[in-house]
Amino acid sequence: MKLKSYEKIREQIYSDRLPNGMPVFVVPKRGYNKSYAFFATDYGSVDRRFKYGGKWLDTPEGVAHFLEHKMFDTEDGNALTSLSANGASPNAFTSSDITAYHFESTEKFEENLEILLSFVSIPWFTPESVQKEQGIIAQEIRMTEDSPDHAVYYGLMKALFRHNPIRDSIAGTVDSIAGITSDTLYDCHRVFYNPSNMALCVTGDVDPERIVSIAARTLPRESGERPRRDYGPDEDKAPAGGGTTSSMEVSRPIFLLGAKADGATSGRDFLRRNLTGSLALGLLAGNSSPLYMRLYEEGLIDSDFSAAFETSAGVAYSMAGGGSREPEAVFAEFKKEADALGADGPDAELFSRVKKAYTGGLLRALNSFDSICYNCVSGYFRGYDAFESADVLESVTADDVREFIRVNLAPDNMAMSTITPKQEAAN
Amino acid sequence: MHDVIRRTIAPGVTATCVNTDKFKTGCMSVNLITGLDRKTAAMSALLPRVLRRGGARHPDMRAVADALDELYGARIEPIVRKKGELQCIGFYADFADDDFLPKGENVLEKTAALLGELLLMPRTRGGLLLHDYVESERVNLINDIRAGINDKRVYASDRLLENMCSGEAFGTNRLGGESAARGITARALTRHYQELISGSKIEIFYCGAAAPERVAEALTEALSTLPRQECFTAAETDVRLSPPAPGPRRFTEALDVLQGKLALGFRLGECMKEPDYPALTVFNAVFGGGVTSKLFLNVRERLSLCYYAGSAVEKHKGIMTVSSGVDFGSFEDALSEIYAQLAAVAAGDISDWELLSAKRAVITSVKSAMDRPGGLEELYFDHAVASIKFAPDELAALADEVTRDKVASIASGVRADSEYFLTGVSI
Repeated sequence: MKLKSYEKIREQIYSDRLPNGMPVFVVPKRGYNKSYAFFATDYGSVDRRFKYGGKWLDTPEGVAHFLEHKMFDTEDGNALTSLSANGASPNAFTSSDITAYHFESTEKFEENLEILLSFVSIPWFTPESVQKEQGIIAQEIRMTEDSPDHAVYYGLMKALFRHNPIRDSIAGTVDSIAGITSDTLYDCHRVFYNPSNMALCVTGDVDPERIVSIAARTLPRESGERPRRDYGPDEDKAPAGGGTTSSMEVSRPIFLLGAKADGATSGRDFLRRNLTGSLALGLLAGNSSPLYMRLYEEGLIDSDFSAAFETSAGVAYSMAGGGSREPEAVFAEFKKEADALGADGPDAELFSRVKKAYTGGLLRALNSFDSICYNCVSGYFRGYDAFESADVLESVTADDVREFIRVNLAPDNMAMSTITPKQEAAN
Repeated sequence: MHDVIRRTIAPGVTATCVNTDKFKTGCMSVNLITGLDRKTAAMSALLPRVLRRGGARHPDMRAVADALDELYGARIEPIVRKKGELQCIGFYADFADDDFLPKGENVLEKTAALLGELLLMPRTRGGLLLHDYVESERVNLINDIRAGINDKRVYASDRLLENMCSGEAFGTNRLGGESAARGITARALTRHYQELISGSKIEIFYCGAAAPERVAEALTEALSTLPRQECFTAAETDVRLSPPAPGPRRFTEALDVLQGKLALGFRLGECMKEPDYPALTVFNAVFGGGVTSKLFLNVRERLSLCYYAGSAVEKHKGIMTVSSGVDFGSFEDALSEIYAQLAAVAAGDISDWELLSAKRAVITSVKSAMDRPGGLEELYFDHAVASIKFAPDELAALADEVTRDKVASIASGVRADSEYFLTGVSI
């Protein structure tokens, strides 16, 4: 077992690799009531086409998310309820690139950890239980289809990407999930839920050796094969279309603008690029940027406006949005500002202030067990150490930011998605 | 664990200081507590937004943003909470702990000073709050009030309570009403500000690693110009034990949505004469609080009618709400199942497993809230407002002692008051 210490943030990580090849991370935290476990597979909604039994297999939209729902079923009942009855607060999520199962508990942590590791490793599906879940997930899909935030996000993804599956909703559609059978789920589980493709992270007042030994005795012995997946050919930075608009029951226009960024990197470069991208978006449109101040004072945006840099399997993109009476005016100003910053770079004083503010944000995230584990595991899947963020951040220069903006936020490569109020659309 | 010191620092001003070194950031909130009133709610909600725009030493958003960035990304945000028929407004600040920063930064003192400046030294002209700030934030507030429709789940709950409590202060939205917001002038807001700052009860909360003496000193310094009257009329919540009509009142509204929303309002009844908060919390967990509750296991898991079905208890006002998202055609099925499950709890039809799981869930949730700075703030603030005398860990211990009979007796006093359906529009 290895121990690595991080002076600046006063954290430590114990790590070990099980005989089956899967890594286990333990971040000790003293003085807390709860402990937290996060067990994840490098498998998300975009992993729809993959190699299985020597052939490429295509699976329906929403299958990773459907599988997440069904994993809680066990031969003797339901793991969600057994964990809850045992004092744990369990949950799971599927993102575009990760499926994670997690719980926090203030008692019986080790027993609960065994339940978690076991139910995620042992699939148990029947045609009846799959059919029952279709009803529940259909309602989840209907709920998200009524959500303007969901609609504006996927509007942008469709405006930016030509074919990458990031365009499609994580949960799929009511039609696509109708095609999922218990066989589909077993196949996906076999390919993606094996130790070569998974990781465990535990945070809390726990004994790292015991965590590793519980994992070693509960998880499968065989390492399995690292899955091969296909997202189609890489996309260039030009958006797929000029933009998308739809109308919904909202009080005023909601918009999200963005641009594709350079695709896959890995390791420390990935981390550095993420931090550079986040700083760039903060300097360009964050709430201490000149653009934000100007648009706010002109009444074009308010405090719900935000900007972010995001990465997923094989893709990366910048985005900014919120509510506005005139999204087009915000879009024009954003383009102008990106153009100027890409040429001249950020103001030196603002750059050092925003960077300083960012370090406080990194510290804040270390209060949260969820974000510690999420960052640790997603860092592992992409080949970097998330706890090095504070150090890597220091090495990012104003020139890096300028270059990021010049390359990844060219005005011609931007697109915008807008949701307009129903009543206005009718006029 | 943590130490708690609670003391009165000026007439009507109480400070709660939770001393713990387990977090990397500290938090501080200052809350002005006033009666929730249809006429003044929008003004109260507007106030912290206007004050946040700038103070005597940091006159505009630029200056405030720069100062916060310099404080390693400290945040000071307007906060508006509704607790029963009390409206609590002010600021919530959080900031990196000095331990993780270069020596002598004194981020606690500087953040407290900035918070004090924003609260007590607003920008004025001719003795009135700056007209531009009032106008611009009034528009933002109206936008936010109107944006209530964007999230249909929240919208359904809001509309339920507006209708159900139309003759009570509780029917007023946390942010107040749009028409009241429209009429706000700089003059009226200034007068309201002066009344609140000198005459409302004030609750201050700090959680972090700084010693209580240091916190007391920072607060005294930051709030040295706080004008205080000698006596206060504490606002109270009018708890009504029963519905105004014998059968539930039904309210229906149509919007162009894909999923129906169901929101039900109940009066908690007899149990509110001498509220037993730990028992109320366990009752809610048995009935509809989480994944082991009757609503989750029956409305979702057994009948597949929905993705979510849950209940929430508003302990200050003595109201319980149930919310779910279902197909338009399933309203009546969901409704009768919800009532049937409440009747089952009232009849004492609660298995050992259900009772145990509910208690575990309550205990885990209270204990793990104590592991987050914001969670501690909310727990202690809630207790201060409701005059609950026991500490959070005592609440957890008391929850463990709640009996099946106690839960059943609470349920048997609960009366359905109102049903709200959000349906689609027919084409």
